[in-house]
Amino acid sequence: MTGVLPIGLEEATKIIQALLLAGKEYICVMKLHSQISEDRIKAVLNEFHGTIYQRPPVRASVKRRLRTRKIYYVDFLEINGRNVLFKVGCEAGTYIRKLCYDIGEVLGCGAHMQELRRTRVGPFVEDEGLVTLHDVSYMFAQWQETNDESLLRRFIYPMEKSLELLPKIYIRDSAVNALCHGAHLAAPGVLSLDTKIKPNDVVAVFTQKGEAVALSKALVSTENILEMDHGLVAKTQRVLMPRGVYPKMWRGGL
Amino acid sequence: MQKISPPWEIKRSLTVKAEEETNPRFGHKPEERPIQDHIKFGIINLDKPAGPSSHEVTAWVKRILSLKGAGHGGTLEA
Repeated sequence: MTGVLPIGLEEATKIIQALLLAGKEYICVMKLHSQISEDRIKAVLNEFHGTIYQRPPVRASVKRRLRTRKIYYVDFLEINGRNVLFKVGCEAGTYIRKLCYDIGEVLGCGAHMQELRRTRVGPFVEDEGLVTLHDVSYMFAQWQETNDESLLRRFIYPMEKSLELLPKIYIRDSAVNALCHGAHLAAPGVLSLDTKIKPNDVVAVFTQKGEAVALSKALVSTENILEMDHGLVAKTQRVLMPRGVYPKMWRGGL
Repeated sequence: MQKISPPWEIKRSLTVKAEEETNPRFGHKPEERPIQDHIKFGIINLDKPAGPSSHEVTAWVKRILSLKGAGHGGTLEA
């Protein structure tokens, strides 16, 4: 099993975009090409903390140009002969196969990725609500046969969970449907928001009931939004809620 | 190198700009959606089997749950 793969169902497919950009955590077995001391390995892993340069591998789905990626941590776990087990927390788009290769280069002996399991995608972690295909099939059959929805309630998360790590803005009922039609968020629609929002941050916009409305890009900071009585505060990038759940409250048009 | 804290360790706090009641006639709290909507607006944390592609696995989930659509959150080697 290769670990955490969040799957968005129907309407929740739209929210996947937020997860593609979210931080990831992996547990990895790296095979060294010769014997190296544990201390030396730990020291080299430490050098990979912070911002690293990485050129995507030959088999990659993006253009192979040098780019930077943030490595939040690389924790040595175990060594067994030439196999090194470590855990890495990193920015979206970090190639672990390439990271292993580069660690091997710095060690001087060469190394390759032997095995990989993903243990986190944004707010989704392997020790919370992880299900196999068999589990999915079982809980669906259980619901169909007995009408008992408790398993589905427990193991299908509301799509809003995907947005847990993003800064949030809560808006008035009257602003919801306009956003669903693609309008941008204006200051009077805002009820509450996270502190420390900066211009260009990706923010999640919610109703007061906590339903996801849209993924947006902040145009101004939290401080500015609090002071503004008119003008746009966030540009709608991806609408998440279907139109018409909330009533149309703006005037004019057809 | 300097340490960068992962996004899942950042603590956030809310600040209020204005107050208003929400109308209970429209929408639902995410955890109170009717079961059909709960599925439709749902996301599962799948332990992907090794071998088949993320795309194939997503198609299986779609078939198992008799859904119109499904999408996954990134391949292991993007």
